[in-house]
Amino acid sequence: MNSLYYQKRLSRNIGDKFFTSLSVICALIAILPLIFLVTYILYKGGSQITPELFTLEPNPPGDDLDAGGINPALIGTLIITTIASIIAIPVGVGGGIYLAEYSKGGAFSRFIRFGINILAGVPSIIAGVFIYALIVSTKILFGSMYSGLAGGMALSILMLPTVIKTTDEGLKLVPNELRYASLGVGASMYTTILKVTLPSAFRSIGTGVVLGIARAAGETAPLIFTALFSYYYITGFEDLFYEMGSLAVLIYNFALEPYDAQNKLAWAASFILVLSILSVNIFSRILAAFNEKTKRL
Amino acid sequence: MEEKLTLFKNRKRFGIEKNIDIIFKNTALVLSSFVAIILLGIILVVFFQSFESFSRYGLKFLVTSEWNPVKDEYGAFTAIYGTLVTSFLSLLITIPLGVGTAIFITEDFVPKVFREIIGSFVELLAAIPSVVLGLWAIFVMEPFFRTFFVFLHNFFGWIPLFSTEPTGRNSLLAILILVVMLLPIVTSIARDSLNQVPEKLRNAAYGIGASRWKTIFSVILPAALSGIMAGVLLALGRAMGETMAVTMIIGNSNAFSWSLLSPGYTISSMLANQFGEADGSQVSSLFYAAFVLMILSLVVNIFAQWLVKKFSLKY
Repeated sequence: MNSLYYQKRLSRNIGDKFFTSLSVICALIAILPLIFLVTYILYKGGSQITPELFTLEPNPPGDDLDAGGINPALIGTLIITTIASIIAIPVGVGGGIYLAEYSKGGAFSRFIRFGINILAGVPSIIAGVFIYALIVSTKILFGSMYSGLAGGMALSILMLPTVIKTTDEGLKLVPNELRYASLGVGASMYTTILKVTLPSAFRSIGTGVVLGIARAAGETAPLIFTALFSYYYITGFEDLFYEMGSLAVLIYNFALEPYDAQNKLAWAASFILVLSILSVNIFSRILAAFNEKTKRL
Repeated sequence: MEEKLTLFKNRKRFGIEKNIDIIFKNTALVLSSFVAIILLGIILVVFFQSFESFSRYGLKFLVTSEWNPVKDEYGAFTAIYGTLVTSFLSLLITIPLGVGTAIFITEDFVPKVFREIIGSFVELLAAIPSVVLGLWAIFVMEPFFRTFFVFLHNFFGWIPLFSTEPTGRNSLLAILILVVMLLPIVTSIARDSLNQVPEKLRNAAYGIGASRWKTIFSVILPAALSGIMAGVLLALGRAMGETMAVTMIIGNSNAFSWSLLSPGYTISSMLANQFGEADGSQVSSLFYAAFVLMILSLVVNIFAQWLVKKFSLKY
């Protein structure tokens, strides 16, 4: 009769308690530093934010007490990520269309899908090394060496696997009936893809692409010897062909400076970078959850 | 009737539209092959750029730790050793923590809402740029751990791993920041593979009287093992290639030391540090080091892919 009741002292119950508390401890050890990390970055960075930050150039490190602002780096990050998107989105979406709509699971598409996963695992600094060898050291872009354009290209290599993968997977989720219907009324393949399948997969592809862009915006390693860094305002189109600053490289450079003013600038830049990346992530998550809900109705 | 037939007759697709269709398909084909072109391009370019150094030092490059641009002597042993040690040790810490957290999230210890919040929070952390983690490591982690490191050296200094006096940035800090970076990866992949284990298996184990943790250890974890392993390998690849946070906190010294409390080097931090200012045969040697790093991460990634493919259809 007793064996029907829960017995505390049974070795299996003691063992269960032990492992349960172990897993709780694991979760706590894993999560507490992470919470601390995020709040610290947001608190420490947020306290450095001033209006001048967005309009001034950073002062060169020195004994100056005033570090200036991060305007060139902010604009530079926007420009470099835009260049990367302009390259990676058409290539990635086009490649994804081929994989999802045209390929029939043969050796070629299997090889490309394998290649996507491998390219996604290539260390980001290798992308920088590659662009350095291909573009910076050869001065192939109208004789300019370090440039925002080269930086954008390096970032596009990192974005490409994400874009092509989300396009491929997004298109695969589109029900075949839509394709049959479109082809059945006499639409050609490209009209079907451009007018029916792509638009219906637009949300999921868009979310993936935006997440990819957010990730690329925080990448530093591919930029430190392709775009380098610049202290000066970006004034015109020709600045694309010269050294260009970015928030990520600014954080790297100024974190290693011995001066307090520069370090504070690095925290402020981190705040802006983390806040924008996190809000993009949270927003796309909410959007995805919302999509799930509306689909069920 | 007659009228309708001619209507159908004229409803032929124009030649130009057919051509557009073919062009569209071929453009997509070319664009998708860009992935392969870039991948091969990276391998070939890095290999050929490293050729000069490769022919001069051969495999000796991998086992000597002299790195002297003045004497033109190069060997990457310190960096290769640093890459392997930091990535493996950080993984060693991350695996139990990550898998433990994943079990905590997938079991019903706390209500589902909390588990989902914890899960998405961990995933969000993977989005934080590594340069920001490096900044945090320099200004928060290093001062925080300083006294602990001194304690470690005083009491365990007889172990070679802790034999040097801690002076600021060192390899152990790099390992710890890597743990912070890898945790989200291992946790979310382990959680996904644990979630994929069919509920039937769990119920069957409960049905024959297994306790909760007996079920986890003998049924759930083995069933999810291949997925977890693949996640661990992906994390290993990430750890080996991770550049910014490690470069900022590891101290960047090419002097070889067994001690984790002394400044070290990894291949990627060497590249980040020296590439901008290098010239002559130093550039070629850096490309050689980059090639070694690429081969390491390629091997790990291909193995991970193979593992996923081989074991993913089991359940």
